[in-house]
Amino acid sequence: MEAINKFNGVVCPLNRANIDTDQIIPKQFLKRIERQGFGQYVFHHWRFDDEGNKREDFIMNQTQYENAEILVAGENFGCGSSREHAPWALLDYGFRVVIAPSFADIFYNNCVKNGILAIRLTEEEVEELMKKAEEPGYRLFVNLKDQDVFDRKGFVAEFDIDPYWKEMLLNGWDEIAVTLNLEDNIKKYEEKIAAGK
Amino acid sequence: MAPKTIIEKIWEQHIVHQEEGKPDLLYIDLHLVHEVTSPQAFEGLRMNNRRVRRPDLTYATMDHNVPTVNRNVINDPISKTQMSTLEQNCKEFGIELADINHPDQGIVHVIGPELGLTQPGKTIVCGDSHTSTHGAFGALAFGIGTSEVEHVLATQTLWQTKPKTLQVKVTGELGFGVTAKDLILAVIAKYGVNAGTGHIIEYTGEAIQNLSMEERMTVCNMSIEAGARAGLISPDEKTVEYLRGRRYAPQGEEFDKAAAYWLSLATDEGAEYDRTLEIKGEEIEPQVTWGTNPSMGSGISASVPTPSQFEREADRESVARALEYMGLEAGTKLEDIAVDYVFIGSCTNSRLSDLRAAAQVAKGRKVQEGVTAIVVPGSQTVKKAAEEEGLDKVFTEAGFEWRESGCSMCLAMNDDIVPSGKRCASTSNRNFEGRQGNGSKTHLVSPQMAAAAAVTGKFTDVRKLAEVHQ
Ligand code: SF4
Repeated sequence: MEAINKFNGVVCPLNRANIDTDQIIPKQFLKRIERQGFGQYVFHHWRFDDEGNKREDFIMNQTQYENAEILVAGENFGCGSSREHAPWALLDYGFRVVIAPSFADIFYNNCVKNGILAIRLTEEEVEELMKKAEEPGYRLFVNLKDQDVFDRKGFVAEFDIDPYWKEMLLNGWDEIAVTLNLEDNIKKYEEKIAAGK
Repeated sequence: MAPKTIIEKIWEQHIVHQEEGKPDLLYIDLHLVHEVTSPQAFEGLRMNNRRVRRPDLTYATMDHNVPTVNRNVINDPISKTQMSTLEQNCKEFGIELADINHPDQGIVHVIGPELGLTQPGKTIVCGDSHTSTHGAFGALAFGIGTSEVEHVLATQTLWQTKPKTLQVKVTGELGFGVTAKDLILAVIAKYGVNAGTGHIIEYTGEAIQNLSMEERMTVCNMSIEAGARAGLISPDEKTVEYLRGRRYAPQGEEFDKAAAYWLSLATDEGAEYDRTLEIKGEEIEPQVTWGTNPSMGSGISASVPTPSQFEREADRESVARALEYMGLEAGTKLEDIAVDYVFIGSCTNSRLSDLRAAAQVAKGRKVQEGVTAIVVPGSQTVKKAAEEEGLDKVFTEAGFEWRESGCSMCLAMNDDIVPSGKRCASTSNRNFEGRQGNGSKTHLVSPQMAAAAAVTGKFTDVRKLAEVHQ
């Protein structure tokens, strides 16, 4: 995965709570056997009508948000199905950072594993960001090392992240390689269990 | 020693590596695999020249995409590719597979317990959020993403931060006509889809202890709908008896040894949880959801709520949006809502006892004109057992369709789709927008309530039907 530390981008506010992974990527697109190419399907039923025409009233379809790279949403973002196709689709579409008051557990993990920075801010901060993002071209700056986000007009918010996940994201590590370095521990555990039986 | 919860006991027994400032590296005892969330994981292994560390602890099946009408007619070529990809991957990496024509095939969360693969004290993962189902046995079972699937395939371990513990205590007894499905829907309606985020749930209390193993699976299945990655129930004699003689369970003397160990895992008297939520069994009515997430539901005697009833602005907005999507007027009695489709199936409610309960309501009645009702057993084993009892006849005589096993209309990845704008009474676990097909309107209910909706053409308090029957 690609490392991430400092990042800035246009913010797209998606003011809904409990956005589930069925909305992020509907099931008819889960049949591909690759990791790439899911971006075109992200939020499919919200972006397109039944005939495949763009829904002009959907926020992501508005010109000012076309190149957004930071998504801000309501609480419990990414709930429901464990499909990793959801973060793949967000990333492929161009979102590197997602901000919400809370995330579903599996979705949060899936983001980390793909180099997406999922940031938890307070409900008030998220609300404020949503308002600010209405201004065309509004950009937010993210600094993972310092664990904060800020804009050019004085908005600053700090966020928490597990130190281990932080390190992974900062370095873009291959987690499996990290674990395979602990091969001896895994072997020892397996021997202990086998002996116990 | 300080008293411990079963969650802590299982966790501690599986730590492979522990280090300050890092999550724990946990050993995984059983890894279940299905066709939708695994192809990219196997591909990742190949790209990095890695092998599957423990194929013997890995078991695969096909469930999400499989056709339920004619097994050998797979209309969608991409579905077909996904299934043949799993077949090739299992062959290449030496993993046991119950494929589409295998007698053990079924929904991964139905066959794990059925085969005795699921056992108390195990850590169980699958690239599927309803892996929590296996918690019914006192296993620590949770859903993972595809990157984690790859990680488990390669290392048989996972990095996990220890979640907090949440006790969901259901006191007293469930009333007549009230099922395990109603119990869990009522918990989620009361406490919300966020209640368990960051936690593992242990379900306790008299009403839980009284449940059969299949009913316990229904409850644990929907832990994820309450936001928790895992939900479990301490093992007891029922757990032991369920597993006795199952193919992959220990046999003979080994079984007795295992049973003693399993029972020792139960939460100790006086152990503490980070949080506790309570609900009284007597309070719970048969449930129907009216919205687009599983917490938007209530007892059958209620009406569709008005958005202004809700305190928080965010809730008012999402309820208004949900009602618009569902095509429902606030104030409409739930019993006045007509259905077009009925789906009895899914990893929540497709086991033999679910089908028996639905058949009891269907028996001697007819599916209402204009309603399409399908019954999809959770596995080939369930299907066979049901047929031996003649349940298939009861259903078909009443006008239900009797299908082959799979996920089917729960997520409509195969041909079983609720058409746009149509309303479905479904025994599955998710009522998200478009879940059962683009534009479909899903109402979650128990198998009994689903059968009642089929034969009356609208949501009906199953307790009334049962009274007429007696
Ligand atoms: S039945 Fe539905 S919820 Fe269960 S595993 Fe299949 S698709 Fe997922």
